[in-house]
Amino acid sequence: MITLENVTKIYEGNNVGLENASINIDAGDFVFLVGPSGAGKSTFIKLILKEIEPDSGSIWVGDYDVTNLSNREVPQLRRKIGMVFQDFRLLPKKTVFENVAFAMEILHKSRRSIRRRVPQILRLVGIEDKRDRYPMELSAGEQQRVAIARAIINNPKVLIADEPTGNLDPVTAEDIMQLLDEINMTGTTILMVTHARDIVDKMNKRVVAIENGHIVRDEFGQYGYSDSDFMDWGIFDNE
Amino acid sequence: MSRLFYNIKQALTQIGRNKGMSLASFFAITAMMLILGLFFTISVNVNLFSEVVKQDYDTVELYLKDNVTADQTTKILTEARKLSGVTSVSYRTKEQALKIMKERWGESGYLLDSLGDNPLPNSILVKVDGVKAADRVSRYATTQSGIESTKYYKETVDKLNRITRYLQIGITVIMLFLVIVSVVVVSNTIKLTVFARAKEISIMKYIGATNWFIRGPFLVEGILIGVISSLISVAISYMIYARVVASIGTRLMTMLSSPLVSASYLTSNLTIIFLAMGVGIGACGSIISMRKFLDA
Ligand SMILES: Nc1ncnc2c1ncn2[C@@H]1O[C@H](COP(=O)(O)OP(=O)(O)OP(=O)(O)O)[C@@H](O)[C@H]1O
Ligand SMILES: [Mg+2]
Repeated sequence: MITLENVTKIYEGNNVGLENASINIDAGDFVFLVGPSGAGKSTFIKLILKEIEPDSGSIWVGDYDVTNLSNREVPQLRRKIGMVFQDFRLLPKKTVFENVAFAMEILHKSRRSIRRRVPQILRLVGIEDKRDRYPMELSAGEQQRVAIARAIINNPKVLIADEPTGNLDPVTAEDIMQLLDEINMTGTTILMVTHARDIVDKMNKRVVAIENGHIVRDEFGQYGYSDSDFMDWGIFDNE
Repeated sequence: MSRLFYNIKQALTQIGRNKGMSLASFFAITAMMLILGLFFTISVNVNLFSEVVKQDYDTVELYLKDNVTADQTTKILTEARKLSGVTSVSYRTKEQALKIMKERWGESGYLLDSLGDNPLPNSILVKVDGVKAADRVSRYATTQSGIESTKYYKETVDKLNRITRYLQIGITVIMLFLVIVSVVVVSNTIKLTVFARAKEISIMKYIGATNWFIRGPFLVEGILIGVISSLISVAISYMIYARVVASIGTRLMTMLSSPLVSASYLTSNLTIIFLAMGVGIGACGSIISMRKFLDA
């Protein structure tokens, strides 16, 4: 579903984003992307979304040859990929229903299909009773559910989540992980960036570790770093 | 459809919110349009004038004083015929003159009915074969006490056409400058909205909205600014022109032997021109304002 072949992205000032990275993620996979801050995880995602261009190598998402995609085709690519962020990125002046419906309006879906589909998805993510609330009136976990609903409403082939549990307490985070697991079971490929060791360990999925722009490990199971590694990175003070 | 309606409502709110910049936009576009409107008014009137006097193109018209005797008239007729370059000479009474003028003015002919007393003089029409002959006739006319004034249409038409041409060059330069200023002002106005909605735009991009979809509401705002400005310009132009026609119109018309273009004709044309420009400037402004936000 997602394939990178010898992809290199060096930022200005010789900052390594990703270097000679190759990976293949099959349809239906659930993959954790882990690694220290500045390792290149966001770079990896931006390359897949064609937010940035690689210096060399090739990138495929489904049938899309991302590196050779014209700017006009980029929206088509992004419709195949649902995005969820740590900070939710909901529109504050729209209700829950409107936030989710927005993703369908963008694809010029009919009002009728929007009215039918949005409640279904809200039920699926467990917030059907909050449909007329505004994001500010929701808990963090509920906001993230809205964001997930918006990300999956157009049936993307891939769901990419950049630290989706970063702003959530452990219990809520677990609920969100369960939801993502359910979505994965319907056949959606999931790529999730995370620093949460306990989550990765519990889920027992494929774990891809990046360091300094290199893919240093790719295996099923555990988060795989020792606590002393965390100390070295110095980024998990509040986890 | 309801989406367009919603966008227009949003755009109006936004225009109200950015009052200062919106006013600057209206002002810039309206100023430009009024200058264009002035030029357009002049050139359609010059065109109409050339059209109306076309038949008299090669004619020098000698206006006779009211107290001229028949003898004097006959004398001028015979002497003028003898001047070299003169092809024919004829006498026209003030009544004939008014009738002919009425025919030529066509639709605007009714305007002459409001004149009351016929203000046109009796005249002698001298057909000439060129500018030199016309000069000769004019010089002869100054020696005759019975002649009030002379008019040579070719000269007037040529002069007017020359003036319009110079005006055209000047106006084109000014217009070009003003159009650029307008586009820049509009794009800066819309940039305020773009910044206010930057988050929404980035979310739309992640969801896979096309650039044209994202531009939609901003285009509506830009076009609305253009349309409002053009309606203001049309209203101002109409009021000024109607007033000019009402106050000095008839005098100017009999002086030039040509009617002025009617205010309603002028307004309908200006409306089309102004709206097209307003929409164009508004659209360009908003597309430019979003360029940085939307390139891949
Ligand atoms: N636009 C940019 N210009 C220059 N350097 C950049 C740019 N974006 C990222 N980098 C650099 O590229 C490297 C990888 O950054 P990236 O954002 O991919 O890290 P990350 O793994 O997502 O980190 P984090 O866990 O903190 O989000 C870092 O060294 C970063 O400083
Ligand atoms: Mg990152």
